[in-house]
Amino acid sequence: MGPTLDFLTLLPYVSELLKGLTTTVILTVVTTLTGLALAVVVAYMRANAQPWVRWGLGGYVELTRNTPFIVQLFFIFFGLPGLGIKIDAITAAFIAMTLNLAAYSAEILRAGISATAKGQLEAGRALGMTTLQSYRHVVLVPAFARVYPALISQSIIVMLGSAVVSQISVFDLTYAANFIQSRNFRSFEVYLLITLIYLLLAFGMRRSFMLVGKRVFAYQQGEQR
Amino acid sequence: MIEFTFWDILRNLLLATRWTILLSLIAFVGGATVGLLLTFMRLSSNRWLQRLTSLYVDLFQGTPLLMQLFLIFFGAAAMGHQISAWLAASIALTLFTSAFLCDIWRGCLEAVAKGQWHASQVLGMNYFQTMRHVILPQALRLSIPPTVGFSVQVIKGTALASIIGFVELTKAGTMLNNATFEPFTIFALVALLYFALCYPLSCYARYLEKKLYDAGLR
Repeated sequence: MGPTLDFLTLLPYVSELLKGLTTTVILTVVTTLTGLALAVVVAYMRANAQPWVRWGLGGYVELTRNTPFIVQLFFIFFGLPGLGIKIDAITAAFIAMTLNLAAYSAEILRAGISATAKGQLEAGRALGMTTLQSYRHVVLVPAFARVYPALISQSIIVMLGSAVVSQISVFDLTYAANFIQSRNFRSFEVYLLITLIYLLLAFGMRRSFMLVGKRVFAYQQGEQR
Repeated sequence: MIEFTFWDILRNLLLATRWTILLSLIAFVGGATVGLLLTFMRLSSNRWLQRLTSLYVDLFQGTPLLMQLFLIFFGAAAMGHQISAWLAASIALTLFTSAFLCDIWRGCLEAVAKGQWHASQVLGMNYFQTMRHVILPQALRLSIPPTVGFSVQVIKGTALASIIGFVELTKAGTMLNNATFEPFTIFALVALLYFALCYPLSCYARYLEKKLYDAGLR
């Protein structure tokens, strides 16, 4: 008596699947952008701000990198209301994912930034660029290009990790899976399908990141490595 | 109604931390064993073995750990075997860890310059001799920092076992929160306990990395 798989029982739940998929995709797209933007700010300030700011940001990065995402999420969603800061589930998910991606990416970017020779920055200044201009063109963009593959992987890890936001009742893909299996009792089929969708999302993310990278860093190719 | 003091909360969390540590150890030792096997499969000359191993690694790196956990937990039930959350978490984390370690170790083995293979061949060494005396000693040195670094991911990964009902640190935190309604204190403590487990490992990994770098091996 082997188990029988029956994927047809999933058909009535297509709208729930789509709803979950939409939430996961939107959360991922938005937090990838905000997370990477925040990472740039954090990486810049960790290199240039006053010591106490650096120290504080270092604490944030290390705390985030050394605690599980689900605990960070619970702390923001359940813990902060204890201090009078009330936020809804989707906002909590958004904040937790952004802070998580930013901490890891800031550390990745830091490695890229420290690879730029100091003399280059001075050369930029000598060419008449402002501090910010030379920082952007001489340090930041090449650093981004250098660590781009690592940033892609990190963004994908955060997307996959977002499965956990279902635990604070955000209607994402995993929530849809839990919802459907509680109705049709075909848990294995549901989770198999959802896992496949995550796999495709990860694959699609890598491809689109690489396409973007090819355009954005086009002029740097050949110079790298 | 039982009243919980701060020390009761901390004591209960510390007791639950034991299970987090134990699960991490199981996952790491199991994952390292399976990962080693996979690494050698990946390096074998059999093309099908190579493909199968890369597929395995891609599958586990491209899907959420939570889904792997659900699939094993509910998959076993669908096949008629009710397994405990303990067993499901151990299996899922072992497979997850093995995929990542295989990828890390393959990278380390490939990082040893190709010319050394040729040089050993010229010296009349066979595959196993080359592996044992030339490649492995170097690759092993390279592999230690990232392996220690990955152990942090394993510890953090065990937090997901709470979702299928395994009472480790995170689950103990949510249970205590349901009893005391002090989420801020509890989840801050839970986070600090994880930090206390992970941060020393992170620092150690960084120190080892730096040592390799200073030795000119990286």
